[in-house]
Amino acid sequence: MAQILVQGLAKTYRVAERDPGVLGAVRGLVRRRWRTVEALKDVSFALERGELLGFIGPNGAGKSTTIKILSGILRPDSGRVEIDGLVPHLDRISHVARIGVVFGQRTQLWWDLPVIDGFDLLRDIYRVDPRRYRTTRDELVGMLRLERLLDQPVRQLSLGQRMRAELAAALLHEPSILFLDEPTIGLDAPSKLAVREFIKTLNRERGVTVLLTTHDMHDIEALAERVIVIGHGRVLADSPFEALRATVLTERRLFVDFAQDAPDLALPGVEIRGRSGRSMELAFDPRMTNAPALIAAITAGHAVDDIHVEQPAIEEVIARFYDLHGAGEA
Amino acid sequence: MEALRPYIAAFSPRFLLMMQYRAAAVAGFATQCWFGAVRVMVLAAFYLGAPEAAAGTSFDLSQAVTYTWLAQGLLALLPWAADPDIAAAVRTGAIGYDRLRPVDAYALWYARTAGWMTARVAPRLGLMALAAGVALPLLGQAEWAWKPPPNASAALLFILSLSLAAALSCAVVMLINIVVVATLNARGVNSLAMPVVIVFSGSLLPLPLYPDAIRAALFIQPLAGVLDIPNRIYSGALAGFMAWAGIGLQAFWTFALIVAGRLWLRRVMRRLEVQGG
Repeated sequence: MAQILVQGLAKTYRVAERDPGVLGAVRGLVRRRWRTVEALKDVSFALERGELLGFIGPNGAGKSTTIKILSGILRPDSGRVEIDGLVPHLDRISHVARIGVVFGQRTQLWWDLPVIDGFDLLRDIYRVDPRRYRTTRDELVGMLRLERLLDQPVRQLSLGQRMRAELAAALLHEPSILFLDEPTIGLDAPSKLAVREFIKTLNRERGVTVLLTTHDMHDIEALAERVIVIGHGRVLADSPFEALRATVLTERRLFVDFAQDAPDLALPGVEIRGRSGRSMELAFDPRMTNAPALIAAITAGHAVDDIHVEQPAIEEVIARFYDLHGAGEA
Repeated sequence: MEALRPYIAAFSPRFLLMMQYRAAAVAGFATQCWFGAVRVMVLAAFYLGAPEAAAGTSFDLSQAVTYTWLAQGLLALLPWAADPDIAAAVRTGAIGYDRLRPVDAYALWYARTAGWMTARVAPRLGLMALAAGVALPLLGQAEWAWKPPPNASAALLFILSLSLAAALSCAVVMLINIVVVATLNARGVNSLAMPVVIVFSGSLLPLPLYPDAIRAALFIQPLAGVLDIPNRIYSGALAGFMAWAGIGLQAFWTFALIVAGRLWLRRVMRRLEVQGG
């Protein structure tokens, strides 16, 4: 049976609205206008034990709301959630003892306390057996290279250091599920690599089920075997990452610098994406036109200074995927 | 002990960190000395200027003076504002993490608030006792000093009553915290709570000095328990049956407000929204 089961999840927020300016504020005192925002309309998926699922989608798509419902912080308006046989918002206390959560934009450690003191407090809050705690803590400290940070107050840590400490903090009670909401946000390249490496090890070697949201497609590329694309509160795609890549990554780009001003070109199966001065950017589907034939056709008719083929950046592909499904940011 | 581990963990870091804020304690103490002195002078003017009115209060000047110093020393015990950490957690959304702890939500915050409050009260009370109880008599001003309780039973009952005052005060702060969670803003409720608490706790004017007609009502209302009742037990103005009645009222209000707070928090949490990414 699936470890995480989500069916027809829906959640709306009520947002107070007011007209701009002083008059608007005064009017707001007399009559409040409310607008409902549908954060989730219909989200369903199932996750097996030990899976690593990437959740992607534009800002406001409903990723964080889903994580908050799964972790028991929010209650859904309708739909069903079951995790290891528990309904998160109804069995909150037993549920949260089994999960670890990291919100990339917030901290769960005590700002003014040394990292190690924060860990000790979490040990008590989760009622972890002290001997067991020491083993887990030392392991995590080793894996995340926290040895030299343990005595420092959290406020003195860099973002990358803090995120490593946050990951350890979320795992001290040995949860079998880890929810990560944008764990790499704002991190520099080496920190991102360290975080990804750690998540991978945790999933592959410890069998921890991981659900992460991100805007960094390299996170997805490096980590997730399975990806759910979410937009406007619905699941737009739920497929292995390679399959998603195959459907949207078919496109190739051809960049041509002509010897003269770029000419008008009409080639079958080729789309002109941009043209400025002597340069031109073309998009084509390699299943319909192959690159050598296309280059031959262009160079046959025109003098060309330079020419190269590119795969579009994965970010761009995802952005196009959002657009295709009408899921661009509202 | 095992059952209490999470709550001790919520109490102790706040306590230890707050104890480090010596500058804040000293500054608060200086202000409280100043206002204490002003109040003692006002009370002296009243007692010496209108002795027949004062005689009707069954609360003599030296009791009023001790009451005033003790009230100044216990100023940080007054529940007139939300716990700033909880207000900040509501503003930043860090409150989400509190919902992730496998513990009772009310008890977690209550323990945290208690740590914050005790840590602020302890140094201020100690300093005030030194200044008004030891330094003033040494300076030859014994008449205006903070005097020890009249007998051992008053002292023991005071310790019991003071503990209940702290528990009651935390329960009131929890109600204010819950308003903050519901309204997402601490400023509004804080500015409403402050004057109410200062008047009804007896911090502004000892409750036994109010007109006879309302004195009983003032004794029964919950805020008397955070300051007025322990203070009067200390000075011996409430003794015997009345002291136990006061302690009973404190226990009743603590229990009632905790129950109310728990029910209300559960309702508020049900419609909690943690917004933003």
